[in-house]
Amino acid sequence: MAKATFRIWRGDAKGGDFRDYPTEIGEGMVVLDAVHNIQAEQANDLAVRWNCKAGKCGSCSAEINGMPKLMCMTRLSEIDVTQPVTIQPMQAFPKIRDLVTDVSWNFRVKKTIKPFKARPADAADGTWHVESEDIERPQEFRKCIECFLCQDVCHVIRDHGMTEEFVGPRFLVYAAALEMNPIDAEDRVDDLKKKHGIGYCNITKCCTKVCPEHITITDNAIIPLKERVADRFYDPVKRLFRVFTGS
Amino acid sequence: MPSSASEIQTHQHDVIVIGAGGAGLRAAIEASAAGASVGLICKSLLGKAHTVMAEGGMAAAMGNVDDRDSWKVHFADTMRGGQYVNNWRMAELHAQEAPARVRELEAWGAVFDRTKDGKILQRNFGGHRYPRLAHVGDRTGLEMIRTLQDHGIHQGIQVYMEHTVTSLLKDGDRIAGAFGYDRERGYPRVFRAGAVVLATGGIGRAFKITSNSWEYTGDGHSLAYQAGADLMDMEFVQFHPTGMVWPPSVRGILVTEGVRGEGGVLRNSDGKRFMFDDIPDNYKAQTADSPEEGWRYTQGDKSARRPPELLTRDHVARCIMREVRDGRGSPHGGVFLDIAWIKEKIPNAAEHIKKKLPSMYHQFMQLAELDITTEPMEVGPTTHYVMGGVRVDGDTQMSTVPGLFAAGEVAAGLHGANRLGGNSLSDLLVFGKRAGESAAKFAKERAAGQLRADQVEAARLILLAPFERAAAGASPEGPYKVQYELQDLMQSKVGIVRNEKDMMAALEGIEMLKQRAAKVGVGGNREYNPGWHTALDLPNLLTCSEAVARSAIERRESRGGHFREDFEKKDQNFATFNIICRRGPDGRMQIQRRPIPEIRDDLKQIIEENK
Repeated sequence: MAKATFRIWRGDAKGGDFRDYPTEIGEGMVVLDAVHNIQAEQANDLAVRWNCKAGKCGSCSAEINGMPKLMCMTRLSEIDVTQPVTIQPMQAFPKIRDLVTDVSWNFRVKKTIKPFKARPADAADGTWHVESEDIERPQEFRKCIECFLCQDVCHVIRDHGMTEEFVGPRFLVYAAALEMNPIDAEDRVDDLKKKHGIGYCNITKCCTKVCPEHITITDNAIIPLKERVADRFYDPVKRLFRVFTGS
Repeated sequence: MPSSASEIQTHQHDVIVIGAGGAGLRAAIEASAAGASVGLICKSLLGKAHTVMAEGGMAAAMGNVDDRDSWKVHFADTMRGGQYVNNWRMAELHAQEAPARVRELEAWGAVFDRTKDGKILQRNFGGHRYPRLAHVGDRTGLEMIRTLQDHGIHQGIQVYMEHTVTSLLKDGDRIAGAFGYDRERGYPRVFRAGAVVLATGGIGRAFKITSNSWEYTGDGHSLAYQAGADLMDMEFVQFHPTGMVWPPSVRGILVTEGVRGEGGVLRNSDGKRFMFDDIPDNYKAQTADSPEEGWRYTQGDKSARRPPELLTRDHVARCIMREVRDGRGSPHGGVFLDIAWIKEKIPNAAEHIKKKLPSMYHQFMQLAELDITTEPMEVGPTTHYVMGGVRVDGDTQMSTVPGLFAAGEVAAGLHGANRLGGNSLSDLLVFGKRAGESAAKFAKERAAGQLRADQVEAARLILLAPFERAAAGASPEGPYKVQYELQDLMQSKVGIVRNEKDMMAALEGIEMLKQRAAKVGVGGNREYNPGWHTALDLPNLLTCSEAVARSAIERRESRGGHFREDFEKKDQNFATFNIICRRGPDGRMQIQRRPIPEIRDDLKQIIEENK
């Protein structure tokens, strides 16, 4: 079997450093396999989040050679293993230990977005009539596994730390899924502008590039939401209307 | 850092729910709706539970695709699939209530695939007579957990993420709360509660090849057992016929039955569709005679019968094992599952497959560099589900310990000897709701039990023991090796094909591993220390493994997920009871045969009518 070295960040909120772990690698292995081997053989206390190991739960997010990825879906065959492979925790979030970060902010943000509110049912048995083509978009957004890689890479959060002002791409996608759900009757457009900081996104599409579910975050979710905001707040006729009605 | 029981932080709720997958979330939502203060404890972050892995759909006789369907047919299908050792009351309630639970999910924001006339689409699945599974592509579990999560976070439920419960606390006979720790800091925690709902899922991590995540260490099974509740049907472990087999690092990852529901076929190395060779008598009348008829069934032809690939999971898994054993397997020890062939039947097959099975396409592309729209997959059986679990009352989900409830995979009864695909997600909803309702009622009708300091102190000492042992020197063994050896042992000796000799050897092996597990030590500190977490999981895995092995030895026949090569036939004498594991006064596991209550006449008639 071949060997490769994994340079893993070890530490906690107070600080830490990279340590090298050589381990055996085999065909078809993913980065998470190597981390597990190291954990079992050399570092029992190496902290890492993971669950499904199949790209479905979004737990094992990390930065591999600087790229935000799911460790369970990154095959060793797609990275250069002749050099030490660096693995570090997501940099946009506070560190807890080793590869585990404090992502609790995301859970708090989600609560600030108005929940789903069903419109009255179409049929007497309480069901709705919905066409397949009307749910393509929300279904795309609902593929999201909440790995928070998009949040990690978003420069508004990562570089500017604007977590009070901006909800980040994940929650714009969440809002978009709700807004475009044909059964939903809630209105989130005001919040998007005033509370959720949609204007801070300047559509650099970094989020879209790292999404492991290949959700077209910027084009399909954020831009249409920006258009709804623009439509309401910057359409001259509607602005005038608001002046008169005071809304 | 708390150094004694009295300094440990205590949280108080009417109802504590342990586990935040589909059943736990649904229970928490219901208990909260009933006015109870609810604490929801989960080992992972919220929304990451194993429910996300469910792919195919949730079974509910809504009749949106075939209006001949009804709860009665669903009930009969569930009983037949379970080989009639199911808790018939649970099978009845499940079939009756599942449609309302699915519709409720839509009312909370789930976005299901649609029929042409705008209703919730339902798909075919193994053992279900009619297309019955409401679904979202092949990521139905994710849709379900996200819907429950996004609804649940607005219901006033206190969520304790990344907390593990290590023991239940009792006041006399009744439950009084739970003891555990938070994984992030490693602090002990006490949860005082009027009622506790276990929703901890299964035991798949006791086996080497499994579709289950690290969380599936049988915590709830073990907690209940230690607290004096009955475990039932533990010999019935479901090996899903189609897990990935290559490359090695992904071995066991699930390949949804939906592939076969959409027309995928199983072939051996001779290119033969071997499932046509072995159709059990009780399914002959419902199974297609020819590949042509089978194909028409998958495409919605109501006059066609289902292809043999959609026979029950226990049967399909054994047929695959037979092909491999007899030298007709695929290069890496599985068989071929081919969906690409449908290009002979429909235009734009590649696009169709990607639309219907997006996760599968993605999973094979990324993990095996294989394009399922052009090539067959290699698949083989993987440990998937445990039908056995905590014995509960069918209506209330309460165990034999007052105030202790169980719902979802950790509870036994609904599925009997073999679970039908799609009946799990609906199980979570139907019985999660019932458990939440009953637990809230139980907690409100009586004052909470008293916590006993000695119990808390005992739990605290057990919690910290792995560090103490390491600190005491003599460099004790780490936990991982013990876990791996247990997984190897269970896989090889209590797996898909069982016999008494192997299982007796397994029991001896488990006994030795128990002794080693009691001595493992861990280094590092308490903050997010996976070695420590694994050391604490070991006793649970060992308890569950012992229960599986002992129950499987006791059932000297083959039925559903339990196959004995030394007793290959089903034996009517064994159809009349369930096997119970209970902790004896001496601390040893006792095995008991418990007669199945006589089925109600009206239900018996439904079964007869649907034979």
